[in-house]
Amino acid sequence: MRRAEIITAAILAIFSVLLMIKSAEVPIGWNSARGGPSAGTFPFWLSGGMLLSSIWIFVRGLRGVTPQSRSSEPYMDPLTLKLFALTAGSLFLMILAIHFVGMYVSIPLFFIFYMRFMGRHSWITTAIITISVPIFLFLFFEIALKITLPKGITEPLFYPLYALFY
Amino acid sequence: MANIGRLGLGVGLGLAMASAASTNVAAQDWQPQKPVEFVIMAGAGGGADQLARLIQNIIQKNDFANVPFIPINKGGGSGAEGLRYLESKSGDCHTIMATLNSFFATPLRQADLGVDPRTFTPIAQLALDPFIIWVQADSDVETLDDWVAEVKEAGSDYVVGGTGTGQEDSLVFTMLRTRLDLPEFTYVPFDGGGDVAKNLIGGHINASVNNPAEQLGFYEAGMSKPIMAIASERLPAYPDTPSAADEGIEDLEYFQFRFVVGPPEMPAECQQFYIDTFRKVHESEEWKKYTQEQALDRVFMAGDELGQFIDKQYDVHAEMLTAMGEKVTKAD
Amino acid sequence: MEILASLLDGFSVSLQPLALTMIVLGCAGGLVIGALPGLGSVNGVAILLPVTFLVPPNEAMMFLAAIYYGAMYGGSISSIMLGIPGASTAVATTFDGRPLAQKGQADKALVAAGIGSFVGGSVSIVLFTLFAPPLALFALKFGPAESFALMALAFATFVGLGGDDIPKTIFSICIGLVFSAVGLDHVSGMPRLIFFDMSGFYAGIGFLVLAIGIYGIGEILWTIETSKGKVEMSQATITASRIFENIKRLRHSTGVMMMGSVMGYFVGMLPAAGATPASLMAYGFAKSMSRDPDKFGKGEVTGVVAPETANNAASTGALLPMMTLGIPGSPTTAILLGGMIIWGLQPGPMLFIQERDFVWGLISSLYTANLVTAVLMISCIPLFVWVLKMPFTILAPIIFMLCVVGGFAPTNVMHDVWLMFLFGVGAYLLRKLDYPMAPAVLAIVLGPLAEKTFRQAMITSQGDWTTFFTRPLSAIFMACAVLLIVFPLVQNWQRKRRAEANAAAE
Repeated sequence: MRRAEIITAAILAIFSVLLMIKSAEVPIGWNSARGGPSAGTFPFWLSGGMLLSSIWIFVRGLRGVTPQSRSSEPYMDPLTLKLFALTAGSLFLMILAIHFVGMYVSIPLFFIFYMRFMGRHSWITTAIITISVPIFLFLFFEIALKITLPKGITEPLFYPLYALFY
Repeated sequence: MANIGRLGLGVGLGLAMASAASTNVAAQDWQPQKPVEFVIMAGAGGGADQLARLIQNIIQKNDFANVPFIPINKGGGSGAEGLRYLESKSGDCHTIMATLNSFFATPLRQADLGVDPRTFTPIAQLALDPFIIWVQADSDVETLDDWVAEVKEAGSDYVVGGTGTGQEDSLVFTMLRTRLDLPEFTYVPFDGGGDVAKNLIGGHINASVNNPAEQLGFYEAGMSKPIMAIASERLPAYPDTPSAADEGIEDLEYFQFRFVVGPPEMPAECQQFYIDTFRKVHESEEWKKYTQEQALDRVFMAGDELGQFIDKQYDVHAEMLTAMGEKVTKAD
Repeated sequence: MEILASLLDGFSVSLQPLALTMIVLGCAGGLVIGALPGLGSVNGVAILLPVTFLVPPNEAMMFLAAIYYGAMYGGSISSIMLGIPGASTAVATTFDGRPLAQKGQADKALVAAGIGSFVGGSVSIVLFTLFAPPLALFALKFGPAESFALMALAFATFVGLGGDDIPKTIFSICIGLVFSAVGLDHVSGMPRLIFFDMSGFYAGIGFLVLAIGIYGIGEILWTIETSKGKVEMSQATITASRIFENIKRLRHSTGVMMMGSVMGYFVGMLPAAGATPASLMAYGFAKSMSRDPDKFGKGEVTGVVAPETANNAASTGALLPMMTLGIPGSPTTAILLGGMIIWGLQPGPMLFIQERDFVWGLISSLYTANLVTAVLMISCIPLFVWVLKMPFTILAPIIFMLCVVGGFAPTNVMHDVWLMFLFGVGAYLLRKLDYPMAPAVLAIVLGPLAEKTFRQAMITSQGDWTTFFTRPLSAIFMACAVLLIVFPLVQNWQRKRRAEANAAAE
């Protein structure tokens, strides 16, 4: 925990500096004749606020003031790390897959993975939910609410469906 | 529950017809195969948004198209968001955009956007929305001369408001300033026309150049008064308000253009479909009634003619913005 | 009496079978749309606007207003059950609603939200009926300076919301405000913080993207860690008698409900403010007025009642400037306004005179819609509780799916889905180190409003910042804001001194 606290504070400090540099691409001054702050004033100084507070956190971490910086527990135990990696990783792949095969393929695949392999539900439960999810998505979002969801290469498959419903 | 039965059928048909669908269409006139994304280059609730939703409703109510047009607001960054989005849809037949004058001003002011509006596919212009100078009803100002005198006396203490910076309202005020030889008054940017109108009535600003539709409610209630229309002829809905020409100012005319474009390189048959659809909107009773009530000038201009118009307005806006002291970068 | 007669006339319009059907449909639809994370009354009203062309304008408007009402109630459902605020107006509801659900008392929180919303809605409709036109004129007094002062007051009310770690709370506020500045600067028109030149950033970072990321994805990751993927989300049991018991117990919160209703109504009717600041302010006040504020944030029923009362009252309040002045107080009312114009009804000061049937029909329909939604919501509580009892490994992917679709739906770009994912993972990693998240979420909601009104006021006054203290209304708000910040500090200091004195005495 202690190491994580200090390293995180350092990373956040670096991130704040990058934000300050990025903010400074537009004027950051205070022009009292033209109404005070410019476009970059608030982002720049607020990023400055982030920098100062992350340095403060860093120092408190080194001096061992916060409970986290005195804790000797690991930041992530092996089981947590495994669950986190599996969940976040599969979610990442699901979102990535939307670009190629669309939501109607990637979301059911995610359900199969999560329910069958993470949750150890029976194939029947998995199948029922996996099949009903895309049907719900289509009827509720596309037909009732008229929100088109991304379909990637599966798009032509939906043309006849649209023809049927409209 | 009947829907589910239909869906089962739909899926079956879908798989069977997937390949047939694409070949069938080329034979006849092109028609959209899925819902059309109707991008609105402005935030929800503003004048541009209201108009686009009205058009969408006219299309849907009268069955002018075989699929629904689905409005999506992409007004972020004075429309930069919408422009970039439409450009990324290059060649697409199912995305069109309802737009306004920031179509010219925004890419000119932001070179790093990398968008040249002249490459977009012109579809149709449907209306011209005039600008009027407004003041509060209990103000002493009655005529343009009074107004000029008041602005000159107050100088930078004279506060006017409009939508955004470097957009239509500030352009109109700059035109007025140069043509009428006014001192540097203070311009406050607001979120939208309604916001400007409210701040005028509440006495937080001294004057505005709202479109008639934005002030209509207050005008009817006798809370605001029009001073001059920024046009060379009087507006039919405001017969008592002098035009710029009446006040002896030649060639002072500026309109909010209400038009629709497609992404760059949209195929000609798709462009034609949308031109035909919007021609039907133009001729519909609802559109006639609405434009008359809201004092819009109902026009129609499509295809190549609109393309030339866009080219010309791009140059005009570049000149106007340069004259305002804005840094302008024209695409090659 | 004239008002009462007008209202009765209105009911004779709004209780017709067609009108009543539209109201019930609208309430139910709104409830469902509001309960889904990412979708709120804006989506519901915008999407269903064309549907209303099938019925006459009066009924159409009642339908849309009913959706608007239903979605306000619905927002609290996802806040309590999933911990994801469905809309910015429901953020404050998560503070205590979520802990209650985790303790297995979701029903208690849902009843509190339902009844609170009902009271807030009712009180505000009565206020609306009695004082609409004069109050509209008061709303006009709000220029940029007054609006900023109000934002300052909203910020002040949530000073106490952060964690115990001061630098981490400051960090959270600052990062929220910096993210809220992303996109085109409204005042100068310059692009700011466009990372990697991605066009998605021109639109700024939406509140929903951050909120769904933190509370949706971040929260699930957190639950997986604490439960090791085994436990059910909640083990509430539910019976009809328990619901009645819960309703009865709420009489202790009457004072808070009245405060929330009146405050919500007044803040809501001010253009540019709306229901979000109203709900936050109500929560802040309820906490500072409470006898033991330490219970807040850990599952205090009053902490659900206050914001829910206020946000419903505010949504009625927001209808006031729309109908009387033609100025929308929120994006949803902006679309309602557009609808009215399309139907040929010109909102503005003349509407009450020229379109009496329409106005009073609509006002009376609000009474009906409010009652219908409250009944629907409370009778569906057993269903919600049943959903929460699903095994976690089924519920988690469903919530992830709703997050992904909810992140995508408002803007139709995958850019926001990716941002949401990053915020979710980032929030989880920071939360492990006790960084408070609520301040960042609130900052991203209030930041743009505060910056814009501050700069507009400064331009108007030509750089003179005393404008915030010399204008009477603005000065009052500023004084309240200062008091709200100073009061807890003084209290804290006194408590510490007393503790020291006690220690010394021993």
